[in-house]
Amino acid sequence: MSFKAVRVSDSVYWVGAVDWSIRDFHGYSTHHGTTYNAFLILADKVTLIDTVKKPFYPELMARIASVIDPARIDYLISNHSELDHTGCLPEVVAAVKPERIFASPKGIQALDQHFHAGFPIEPLRTGDTLDLGNRHLQCLETSMLHWPDSMFTYLPEERVLFSQDAFGMHLASSERFADEVNQDVLEYEAAKYYANILMPYSPLILKLIDTVGKLGIEIGIIAQDHGPLFRKSPDFIISRYAQWARRDMKRKAVVVYDTMWQSTAAMANALSDGMSASSVSVRQMHLAGSHRSDIATELLDAAALIVGSPTLNNNMFPSVADVLVYLKGLKPKNLISAAFGSYGWGGEAVRQIRDLLTEMGTAYSGDVRIKYVPDSAALDECYSFGVSLADQVKGAVS
Amino acid sequence: MKYVCNVCDYVYDPIEGDPDNGIAPGTPFADLPDDWVCPLCGVGKEDFSPVD
Repeated sequence: MSFKAVRVSDSVYWVGAVDWSIRDFHGYSTHHGTTYNAFLILADKVTLIDTVKKPFYPELMARIASVIDPARIDYLISNHSELDHTGCLPEVVAAVKPERIFASPKGIQALDQHFHAGFPIEPLRTGDTLDLGNRHLQCLETSMLHWPDSMFTYLPEERVLFSQDAFGMHLASSERFADEVNQDVLEYEAAKYYANILMPYSPLILKLIDTVGKLGIEIGIIAQDHGPLFRKSPDFIISRYAQWARRDMKRKAVVVYDTMWQSTAAMANALSDGMSASSVSVRQMHLAGSHRSDIATELLDAAALIVGSPTLNNNMFPSVADVLVYLKGLKPKNLISAAFGSYGWGGEAVRQIRDLLTEMGTAYSGDVRIKYVPDSAALDECYSFGVSLADQVKGAVS
Repeated sequence: MKYVCNVCDYVYDPIEGDPDNGIAPGTPFADLPDDWVCPLCGVGKEDFSPVD
């Protein structure tokens, strides 16, 4: 077989899978594909950390077999029970017959509720150390980063942190290490992952970074479950996480809209011109060509979210409802917001957007509604509204 | 009395309340509004257990 393991440190090998083709990961657009990382520790007790998505089972097993007979695996650890890391767990258990299987207490429940398989799983809790003979694994439960079951394991002898989804990104590459790939793509995909997967749990991220610092864990290598691994610069991704968790903002506004007959689009243009003329950077995202997960990414360092929709059959456009429901779940903090839209008679869309933006906890600062097609006076009104929103952004971001 | 979330282990401490979500310090668990949810994982009050 062509699939080989890649050595990460003295006794640790990457034995995961590269998914070059995936473009929709449960509603998150993965323009660069992804990887499902699994790790083999060749200690006295041979240990496999996490598995891969079910269709990639042969790739995982081939990579393991390139360094050791899979039947020699003694311990299997699940750091995160989501199916992209456990999909082939029952197959691995059946093939390898590990002596012991471990997960966090909530991981045990979740795995049981996924597989109903009846294989015994032992709990690992924060502070527990698993003896692998000539190596040790320390455990830190990281509940809600990003599922209740999530946990980190740490190999002190080689300073490797196995962080499951934290610090990951959807990025397929033939290179296995972060220092080997295009840094702009790496940072964009890491930011996108944070925005779409971890943003709701930002307060926990700040606490976790603090906890890891206090525990004095020295991190030499971050071995996360998606994307290339951080062997040279773990501080790069940790400092970005701190910055994103604090939501360090730029003087930037994201204008999200859809349009029927180009009237709401014309309003979006005038409003955006008003903001950019006042030195606020604008990212205009027409929903006909913008994915919800790319919009979430742009919001990560934005100070304002401006949403436009025509009124269709007394409601906001379905595409606008889609993105607002999605963003609400991600709980972005400290956003200024506003709404706009063209309408023929009822004009309900703008009011519905206002209600959702308010429910999201944003600071709603007003709206503009125009009947049918905006004339130049109406576009001037949109432009002026943009200028006033820019002033608020500049007031919020020094 | 403190209450722990059965899903994610968040602990509601009445001394601290949940000020980010409008719950003043000193609010007993029983007095939380019916629509209050776990600030971490979003489940309702029925998924909390008292901590001894």
